[in-house]
Amino acid sequence: MMPPLDRREILKAGAAFVLAFRLPLKGAGPDSYAPNAWIRITPDNRIAVISEAPEMGQGPRTTAVMLLADELDADWASIRVEQAPVIPETYQHLITGGSGATEQAWDYMRRAGAQARDVLVRAAAQEWSVDPRECRTERSAVIHERTGRRRTYGELVSTASQLTPAAAAKIALKDPAQFRIVGTSVPRTDIPSKVDGSAPFGLDVRVPGMQYAVIARCPHFGGKLASCDASAAKAVPGVTAVFAVPPIGLVPELGWNINVAGGMAVVARSTWAAIQGRKALKLVWDKGPGAAESTASLRELMVRQADAEPILVAAEEGDAKSALNAAANRIEATYELPFQAHATMEPMNTTMHVRAGGIEIWSPTQLGAESRSLVAILANILPERVTVHMMLCGGSFGRRYQWDYMAETWQVANQVGTPVQLVWTREDDMQHDFYRQHSYHKLSAALDDRGGIAVWRQRIVSTPIRPVFDSADKLKDPKRVAALEVHDAQAFPYLAANRLVDYAPAQSVVPRAWWRSVESSFNTFAVECFIDELAHLAGADPYEFRLKRLRPDQEKLAAVLRLAAEKGGWGKPMPKGEGRGIACYVGFGSYIAHVAEVSVAAGGAVRVKRIVSAVDCGTAVHPDGVRAMLEGAVNYALTPVLSGEITFAEGAVRQSNFHDYRVLRIQDAPDIEVHIVPSTLPPGGMGEPGVPPLAPAVANAIFAATGKRVRRLPVGS
Amino acid sequence: MDRFRLSVNGKPATLEADGDTPLLWILRDELGLTGTKYGCGMGLCGACTVHLDGKAARSCQTPLRSVGTRKITTIEGLSPDRSHPVQRAWIAEQVPQCGYCQSGQIMQAAALLAANAHPTRQQIDSGMAGNICRCATYQRIRRAIERAARERA
Repeated sequence: MMPPLDRREILKAGAAFVLAFRLPLKGAGPDSYAPNAWIRITPDNRIAVISEAPEMGQGPRTTAVMLLADELDADWASIRVEQAPVIPETYQHLITGGSGATEQAWDYMRRAGAQARDVLVRAAAQEWSVDPRECRTERSAVIHERTGRRRTYGELVSTASQLTPAAAAKIALKDPAQFRIVGTSVPRTDIPSKVDGSAPFGLDVRVPGMQYAVIARCPHFGGKLASCDASAAKAVPGVTAVFAVPPIGLVPELGWNINVAGGMAVVARSTWAAIQGRKALKLVWDKGPGAAESTASLRELMVRQADAEPILVAAEEGDAKSALNAAANRIEATYELPFQAHATMEPMNTTMHVRAGGIEIWSPTQLGAESRSLVAILANILPERVTVHMMLCGGSFGRRYQWDYMAETWQVANQVGTPVQLVWTREDDMQHDFYRQHSYHKLSAALDDRGGIAVWRQRIVSTPIRPVFDSADKLKDPKRVAALEVHDAQAFPYLAANRLVDYAPAQSVVPRAWWRSVESSFNTFAVECFIDELAHLAGADPYEFRLKRLRPDQEKLAAVLRLAAEKGGWGKPMPKGEGRGIACYVGFGSYIAHVAEVSVAAGGAVRVKRIVSAVDCGTAVHPDGVRAMLEGAVNYALTPVLSGEITFAEGAVRQSNFHDYRVLRIQDAPDIEVHIVPSTLPPGGMGEPGVPPLAPAVANAIFAATGKRVRRLPVGS
Repeated sequence: MDRFRLSVNGKPATLEADGDTPLLWILRDELGLTGTKYGCGMGLCGACTVHLDGKAARSCQTPLRSVGTRKITTIEGLSPDRSHPVQRAWIAEQVPQCGYCQSGQIMQAAALLAANAHPTRQQIDSGMAGNICRCATYQRIRRAIERAARERA
């Protein structure tokens, strides 16, 4: 039994799908042909393609399908996409994390398409008694040029069914020059259903006889229910049941803390009645271990940890401490970034029906297979008796890489007998998130007499993710505790004669986890802002300084910096009160640079006017999808820059809805220009890497406009 | 519990409910029209936007008893076949990512264009300021509204 993998481990986990390449697809009747688990061809020459990755807006139901369709030489118009059923023995990519959906599909979906094409060619050759090597394929048909014969894939269904598909691992894949679908911006397959209200998200699940539930959770993290008078709640019309649900922490079979808060569940015939019932509960909470913790106390702790003994040295070259002491031309700065909420538009929810024979689940989740395992453990039944339907996710940004709401739904559904939809209200979602870590950074650096970086000293302090999930014995390993906080310290792209990056944790009761680009979202801010400060110290242009000080092996990063600077009009004069800033990032297999243009009003109000981005993400499988991901990343990353901040008191989050967690709205969304570097290399990730360099590009632009550094986000806080 | 007669997407609907219930939950839980989304319950995000007599309204802030005889249009009733100029523009500009907020965005944009056939960029921004998109498709929303305005004319 496996807990969710580290997001970067997923990329390595692509092994054993040999089985799926041999399995006939379920539902393949006598009139259809399924050469493997991802394709079903019917005699009318229509092709159903099974897409595995959770669809949360990033587009796998288009991009992954394009990879298969291209190798199959399918007619794109004849393809219909289905979400894969949660059968982990067959489908091993039902989880998405680390921006990995396209990177993974690059291999297995292409192989699936190529395997099917091979068997269809052999079927046609057999029917015509010709050598398969004389046949070619085009738009869902096999063609024998010499004799002018042509069979559609649909016409080959019955002959192909008699043949054995070749081993997928041995099938030759196309040379990128042969791609006809990959690299084009076909219309996304999911968009029609998203403009007429028919796209089914988790909250849209409607099952006969279903009820709706909400849970009153302790607002103080780690606290618990002291007492509850439910009599008024039970009297609310429509309310059918009110009962306590216990907290669930570490699940021994998983070795993983699932962080279920516990509280009082209210079940009703409608969502509104459940919400009204919860309002009528008279609740007394025991505030628990976080009663004395607040944003102010955490900030004090972080400042102390900036000078405390580190638990881990993340990167060390030369002797930074001595070099710093000896340096004349040196600077020091601290940066701070607070907790952030995911705030997906669709709050957490799951629908579940617990029956004697098994459990059926409909959930917007990033964890298809893991959800099935978890519920099987909680219910103490075999995983085969748990059916999971992966619904469209109304945004995720990492939030649905958790299974707390899945476990809660089981707690409720297991008691009520009918199907039940657990609904999180916006307030629940805002106050019981797993937040982006709060972090504090102390940096010092010095230049040598030729303007190079003589020493780079960086202390990272954060509320680490691991203790939220790990058992105490695992936390004895400081490398494990720090792994998700300092991972990108090794990816430092600049030359520094002496460098020391170390880490000290700050413990907190506030839960935190993966948030779009994770630790890169704060470490890149510190690094790319401080590089800008160093450039200023050197009297150099910040763009030129970066180019000059990049390591020689960072050619791709240099190329996107040049492209962004060129397209962004770097160096052109700007009016008073306006400025241009630049920052770059390498991660998730992609290289990105942003140039930001801002104006700052006399009163200090910042307006981000324009972002010019350059990206090298390897093969841009769907160029418009790459643009969409970058536009989304830029806008998403602007919320923490301009207005977003989660604070807390007495161990409880103070924000509750969009009036006090203020997210980016259309009037603050800048113009965005995206430039893609042509490439035929395997694709990198695109969901996350646009986020990290955005905040420093904007902060550096504010400095260019005003001469004032931004060292704490959001701006002006 | 009171009895209410509504006009939803051109069809009559009769139901018994507490008149304080927000129209949002009547549409979603009683009438099965799940295209209208819950996002915040406070009129802050616009995901629940519907039309009442053609004007945009936040259904989460509209008690059932206040609807009266006004005609309700939801995303399901905007056009029978995604042919409304705003829906066509949304497809042409490939606006949605996750798509959850887009019913509300489209209903808001359709009402905006009905009141102002050729909005300026500033008028688009102020008309759409109440609708949050966390995938942040704002640039495409602007372009799609401009396209719909052009193609309606």
